[in-house]
Parts: sequence; C-alpha cells; structure tokens
Amino acid sequence: MHWDWQFTAEILPRLLWATLNTLMAAGLGYAIAAVLGLVFAIAQRTPFRPLTVTVRELVEFLRSTPLVLQIFFVYYVGPEYGVSLSPWVAGMIAIGLHYAAYLSEVYRGGIESVPKGQWEACTAINLTTAQTYRRIILPQALPLSVAGMGNYLISIFKDTPMLSVIGVAELMQAATAIGGQNYRYLEPYTIVGVVFLVISLFSAASIRGFEAWIRRKLGMY
Amino acid sequence: MEALSSFPLELTGPEVPMVRFMNVRKTYGDFVVLDNLNLDIAPGEMVTVIGPSGSGKTTVLRMLMTLETINGGVIYVDGKPLTHMPKNGVLVPADAKYLRKARSSIGMCFQHFNLFPHMTALENCMEGPVQVLGLSRREAKERAEELLSMVGMIEKKDQHPARLSGGQQQRVAIARALAMRPKVMLFDEVTSALDPEVIGEVTNVIQDLVTKHNLTMLMVTHQMGFARDISDRICFFYGGKIEEQDTPEELFANPKSKRTQQFLSAVKAAD
Repeated sequence: MHWDWQFTAEILPRLLWATLNTLMAAGLGYAIAAVLGLVFAIAQRTPFRPLTVTVRELVEFLRSTPLVLQIFFVYYVGPEYGVSLSPWVAGMIAIGLHYAAYLSEVYRGGIESVPKGQWEACTAINLTTAQTYRRIILPQALPLSVAGMGNYLISIFKDTPMLSVIGVAELMQAATAIGGQNYRYLEPYTIVGVVFLVISLFSAASIRGFEAWIRRKLGMY
Repeated sequence: MEALSSFPLELTGPEVPMVRFMNVRKTYGDFVVLDNLNLDIAPGEMVTVIGPSGSGKTTVLRMLMTLETINGGVIYVDGKPLTHMPKNGVLVPADAKYLRKARSSIGMCFQHFNLFPHMTALENCMEGPVQVLGLSRREAKERAEELLSMVGMIEKKDQHPARLSGGQQQRVAIARALAMRPKVMLFDEVTSALDPEVIGEVTNVIQDLVTKHNLTMLMVTHQMGFARDISDRICFFYGGKIEEQDTPEELFANPKSKRTQQFLSAVKAAD
C-alpha cells in the first residue's frame, strides 16, 4: 500500500473541518479548566477547613481517575440523575473538570512561589484578601504558572480524541470514520498525526512567546 | 487566647501612649519568643530596639503590624486595643474585620523592601491609597509624587523595582508606607540588606522624618551610631525580655546590665 495523494486531497477538507471541532473542544475545555482551576487553587488556601479539605479531596479524585471514566460518568451516569447533556457539553465538562484539577496544582505552585514578604507588604498597606490576590499575588503568580499551563494546553489538546468515545465528532473520530468507509487508514491517520504535531509545536512556541511577553510587561526581567 | 477581663477596654487619662504592649506573650510551640512584654511608646516618640539575634526584637514589630498573632496580653494603639476587640464588656481576640480597621494607623518598612515587582515606584505608592483609602487616582498620584520627592526618588517614579538599587527601593518602600498616613511607623532592619555605601541615603530619609514629622516610630536596627543619633529611647532586648532601656546617651555611655555591656562591647569590637 502506498500513499494516495488524490485520496488525501479528497479527505483533507473533512479532516480540517474536524480539526476545528478538536480545537474548539480543547479551547473550551481549557477555558473551563483555567477558571475552575484557579477557583480550586484559591479555595484550598482559605482558612475555612471544611472547604479546603473538600476541594483537596476533589482535586485528588479528579487527578487519580482516568479521564475516559470521567467522560463516561458525566455522559452516561448524569441522565440517571436527570442531567442529560449533549456529548459536546458532557465532554467539555468532563475535560474541564479533569484539567482544572491539574491546573489548580500549577496555580498553587505559582502562588506559593510568590515571596511571603509580598503578602506581608499587602497586610502593611491594609489590602483586603481579595485585593491582595487580584492586585498583587496573581499578577506575580500567573507568569510563573504560564509554562506549566502551556504543557497542559498541549495535553488537553492531545486528550480530545477521548471525546470520540461518546460520539463527539472531533478529528480522531472523523479519521476513523473515513478509514472505515474507504478501507484506507494510512492517509487519514497520518494526517491526524501531522495536524496534532503542527498544532502542538505551534502552541509550544506561542506559549514561550507569551511567557516572555508577560514577564516583560510586568517588569520582571 | 481567651477573653481577658483584667485588661481595660480602652486606655484613658491625660497621657495615653500611642502604643502599649501590656503583658504580651509570644510563643512558637514550646519556644517562648517574648515573655510578659510591657512597653509604652509616647506619641511622637522614636524608640529603637536593639539586641542579639533571636532576642525577639523583630517579633515586637511584626506583632504590632498584626503579622504575628500574640499568645497572651493585649497591644493597644492610640488608646484602643489592636489585637483584641471589645465584646459584651470584655476583650476578645480581634476578628479579621476589626484587625483591618485597627491596623490602619500603622505602617511598616521591611528589611527586604517587599515592593510590588510588577508595579512602578509610583504605582507602588498609589496602590494602598487608591485601593484601601479610596482616593481618586489623581489624588493618589499627587500624594505619591510628593512623597517620592521627599525621599528623593521622583526622577525614578516610572521605574520598576528591579531597575532600582537597594537603597532606592527602600526609599520607595518608605514613601509607600507613608502614603497611607500612618500614625506609627515601623522600621524592621531597613538597612540590613543594603550595601554600605547606600545605607546613608535611607538613614537620612528616616532622620528627616524624625525631625520634620510628628510620627511615632519603632525601629529595629544594627546601626548603633544611627540608633544613638535619632532615638529618644533605646530598648535592649535579651532572651525575649527588655533587659534595659534608657536614653541613647545613658544607655551607650553607662549600660547598667552586664548583658547590655557585653552586647555593646561585642558590637563595638565588630565595628
């Protein structure tokens, strides 16, 4: 079997279209994870113990069980409790929750690397806790978190094929469907590999650029 | 900390001190940092705390800034309790809301400056006035520029801390603290992290504050000459207690306690 360029040209539009779905799934999932992860990270630092313990256990649970199980859980178990979600929504929630747990650890690391003296200076000028986070701590913690956050952006993107198990028409599912219809798997799966590679490399480069930019902008050379 | 019925709800009388430590105790686990500390600082007074490391001197300042909780006694500022609040006629440990209000009359400068690295010198000095005091940005900018001029840093107002020397950063930090219009200023070893040649620019600023402003100040320093020049009173701490306190002339010339004598001669030998 050798490479068929004509077949490649035929299937390319459909695969590129599916790539958009994959990008959207990764982007939305990541947006959920980025926001929720910050909530998890800060919740674990409140003095209210029941909250910190609950969130810590939740994060531990999300990190210690497979993503694919969590996807199935949200999609198939949800309806038994009256929560029926489309594959897209269920997938976004599962992937967002799963990666929120990982990102919360990245944020936590970033927040913890802000020197203690910064918190003390905030107390000395009497900022509220919310102002301390928003104005002083997070602007310093986030640049420190960018590298770690970038790694998870690439992972979340590479994990989107798992959404195919509940029928989300992302890139991997489209390639499998094309392969099944034409009895040719070489071209579709190769294209999938190339697309993932290109996007991952591009993301990694953008993250490095963004990190340098944010450090410059915040005066942290 | 239990409710304390034997402590007054507020200090009254003709001479209310600006700061009063009343039977204050601080421990870390079994280790007693400060034991039964009693210390009054009068309005406008400049008190310097000296002593060997581990004697609890920095802890005194940190407790007053509410960076450390205390394990016994009460601290009063301007006649009102700082570490405690009145409730049903007795003092109970202050909650976060009360603490926030109570500490607004205190400002502090740190050994390592602790400027906000993502803000310029000017922004550092505007942050508190805008966020906490509710000043407009224009008012806060005027106030910050006035203070930066006073500490000789107006030309560098748009620089980030990373671009400033230690002495320059410390002067900005002093301006930042003053922008909150505190009644009491705390200086915690503000020259210890500085290169010798820039110590003078910071001590000059503090000297200026002493002569031109009616601030109450409490300072921890290792600069004995500086302490002697500007203090109204020196407290020598040893083992979590005030071993001896007196005017600088008296304490440096005629230390009464043996430990004070040993400490001062050791410091002199090091100079």
